[in-house]
Amino acid sequence: MRKYVPKGNVQKQSYYTDRFHVVPTTPRTEVASDAIYAEQLEKLSAKVEVLSSRIELECMVVEINHADNFQAIETLKEECGYAMLSEMSAVDYLAKDGNFEIFYQMLNLKEAKRMRLVMRIEQGLAIESVVPLFKLANFAEREMFDMFGIVANNHPFMKRILMPEDWEGNPLLKTYPLHGDEFASWYEVDKIFGKDAREAIGPENRDEAKIERYDSKRFSRVGYEVPFGAELNAENETKTEIEYSKTFLVDYTKGETKQLKERK
Amino acid sequence: MAQHQVNYASSGGLPIALTSVDHLVNWGRSNSLWPLTYGLACCAIEMMASGGSRYDFDRFGTIFRASPRQSDVMILAGTLSKKHAEFARRLYDQMTEPKWVISMGSCANTGGMFNTYSTVQGVDRIIPVDIYLPGCAPRPETLQYALMMLQKKIRKESANMNKNTKQNLRLI
Repeated sequence: MRKYVPKGNVQKQSYYTDRFHVVPTTPRTEVASDAIYAEQLEKLSAKVEVLSSRIELECMVVEINHADNFQAIETLKEECGYAMLSEMSAVDYLAKDGNFEIFYQMLNLKEAKRMRLVMRIEQGLAIESVVPLFKLANFAEREMFDMFGIVANNHPFMKRILMPEDWEGNPLLKTYPLHGDEFASWYEVDKIFGKDAREAIGPENRDEAKIERYDSKRFSRVGYEVPFGAELNAENETKTEIEYSKTFLVDYTKGETKQLKERK
Repeated sequence: MAQHQVNYASSGGLPIALTSVDHLVNWGRSNSLWPLTYGLACCAIEMMASGGSRYDFDRFGTIFRASPRQSDVMILAGTLSKKHAEFARRLYDQMTEPKWVISMGSCANTGGMFNTYSTVQGVDRIIPVDIYLPGCAPRPETLQYALMMLQKKIRKESANMNKNTKQNLRLI
């Protein structure tokens, strides 16, 4: 039987959690178990310091220091055959560990192998750009700068890619509110009309189910109908008779019903 | 040849129609509404379909224009991001008076499902809207209906745009 938990306030916290729920993890194996990966790791560790390594979901994951990223990727490209950089970005672990994780997902087309190079970096520190090695890093590093605020040194064109140039804040940080902060909520008003127009335009409506009882332009109450745009408040709200269309109403109380003598 | 002469006084009245200036001007305005092609997202596909041969906007005198200088109506079709809001307003300002705005689809009306930091929560925050068209995305018939409602609205208005009720945003 399930343990009884009071269900008074379900909004406050979820009253049901699976007692037997186990957070799924993927199996990790040693790099030595795969000959190709082991050879590549050996070449890599000859050049840079490897902090940890494993094979997870048929993909080698190697952790290094963030200062070695250019050297490591150059080695992987030139010596280990990783000719493609599939993706690079960062993960926000500021609340958990106080740093970001930057990852480079790479693909070796000849041996059909994938590997991920990960590194931790503190907030405020910059990373070396890998644009000279991979053209993909151009947009990816700009996006990382836009979303997390991590600067890539020696990048040819380091500026925001998705958000406007005069935007404040980095939206993919865990601390950034989904509905935007104060700056974001007034951005277009401030930019187009200036801050003086804030009062005339008003704050954003973020409530999808918002109903204004005394707004007669956008809402009307059944039984309390008033003309469109009428001034309405708690005092002058009066009940009106609900009128139904006579065309569709059938009055059963009247006669004129026909009763069949026998079953058809 | 003289037989072809028409005696207007005797055969069914003079070729004169009496009307008011308002009526005449609004007749012209409402029957040649040229919208600005302003597709922002998936609503634009429906807007294009409305302009195509099957739904045929041309029969309303509605021809899409690619320049704000030549258009009377702005159909904001799709999600307006905060980055783009500035340019939407600039295009609106470039349109010549008189001008009207149709906000097409949930995203343009209220931000729709994009209740996020980067989406404008309703284009009426930056542009005065005449017709709000709900739907996600509205069918071409619905856009036609919205256009007909706009025509109806124009016909009720005064030819002198200064006399019409101005929305607060037009004043700013």
